[in-house]
Amino acid sequence: MNTMSPTPSSAPDPGTRYGGVAIGLHWLIAIAILGSFSLGLYMSDLPLSPQKLKFYSWHKWAGVTIFLCVLVRLVWRLSHRPPELPDTIPAWQRKVAAATHVLLYLLMVVIPITGWLMSSAMGFQTVYFGVLPLPDLLVRNDELGERLQQVHTLLNYGMAALVVAHLGAALKHHFIDRDEVLARMVPFLGNKPSHGDTR
Amino acid sequence: MNYAFSALLLGVLVSATTTANAIEFNQVQTEKSALTFVSKQMSVPVEGRFRSFRGRLAFDPAKPAAASAELEIDLVSIDAGSKDANDELAGKAWFNTKVFPVAKFVLTSVKPLGDNRFEVAGRMTIKGRTQDLTAPVTLRQEGNSATLEGSLVLKRADYAIGEGMWADFGTVANEVQVRYRLVATAAAK
Repeated sequence: MNTMSPTPSSAPDPGTRYGGVAIGLHWLIAIAILGSFSLGLYMSDLPLSPQKLKFYSWHKWAGVTIFLCVLVRLVWRLSHRPPELPDTIPAWQRKVAAATHVLLYLLMVVIPITGWLMSSAMGFQTVYFGVLPLPDLLVRNDELGERLQQVHTLLNYGMAALVVAHLGAALKHHFIDRDEVLARMVPFLGNKPSHGDTR
Repeated sequence: MNYAFSALLLGVLVSATTTANAIEFNQVQTEKSALTFVSKQMSVPVEGRFRSFRGRLAFDPAKPAAASAELEIDLVSIDAGSKDANDELAGKAWFNTKVFPVAKFVLTSVKPLGDNRFEVAGRMTIKGRTQDLTAPVTLRQEGNSATLEGSLVLKRADYAIGEGMWADFGTVANEVQVRYRLVATAAAK
């Protein structure tokens, strides 16, 4: 009962799991976001110190890196159809899940951009790894900078809420519904891909 | 066309010499002048400026050897990009403005380099430490008004600006690009 039987192996299989690239990007970005989010939360209340300046730079470099990875991931996602959800999932849940995913993708693109903009407006250019200067999109404007900081923070809390929902849903599927939804995205977990899986 | 050009050049030279001979710039126009700097934090150039400074100047471009000047900068007027940074810079590790509120530059000599460029030497005092300094200056003259501007690289460690945890140049670089623009008019004698 606790492991799902593989899908019937007759018809060409759309796959029951995400492919290696999709899984890799998902977890890479997840870890990077968790790290960058925590660092952002921690560093903003620190008193000014060399350490704080370093943290800010690292946070910005992480943001640029996440943004670039998300772009790659979006291209991959749009060119590779994800595995079907199990038939047991009702339509409304599919809609909620799809909406959550769209919002998460949107925030993963928008949040780094708001960080970049707030940095510009506050008069601190972003120099990727201390080497590659990103153009300042805005001229210095302290008031605008503060407002963008609020937007950056709010969007992050919004994303945190969505991530909690996303994670909660995944765990619910695995431990309560005992279906294969989580296993689609976790390597070495439970169900094996059918032999026709090429994703 | 060559003749026209020569005539024009001659005219410019003559007028430049005649005005230069007669004029001494000695009224510093503080509101038209500016003192800005660019520091590097984690390799990121960050602009700042001093809002409040005053100067005394007596400068006749034709007699640079006779020039005299003094510049006083209110260090607490620093704007380094954020309130956090400004508060930090007023503190003991940086400018220690309670003890050393003013930075002072006293001119000692002016060397003409030709083409309206000069090399200004003087003594700079910040935070109780005095260093010899040379600064390139370009003169732009418009009638009664002169603009003297240039930039130099100041090493913050020479003046103990940024001590303790800030002494490491890894986060805030030692070199600070300082840009100055001094506008002065000639008073009627």
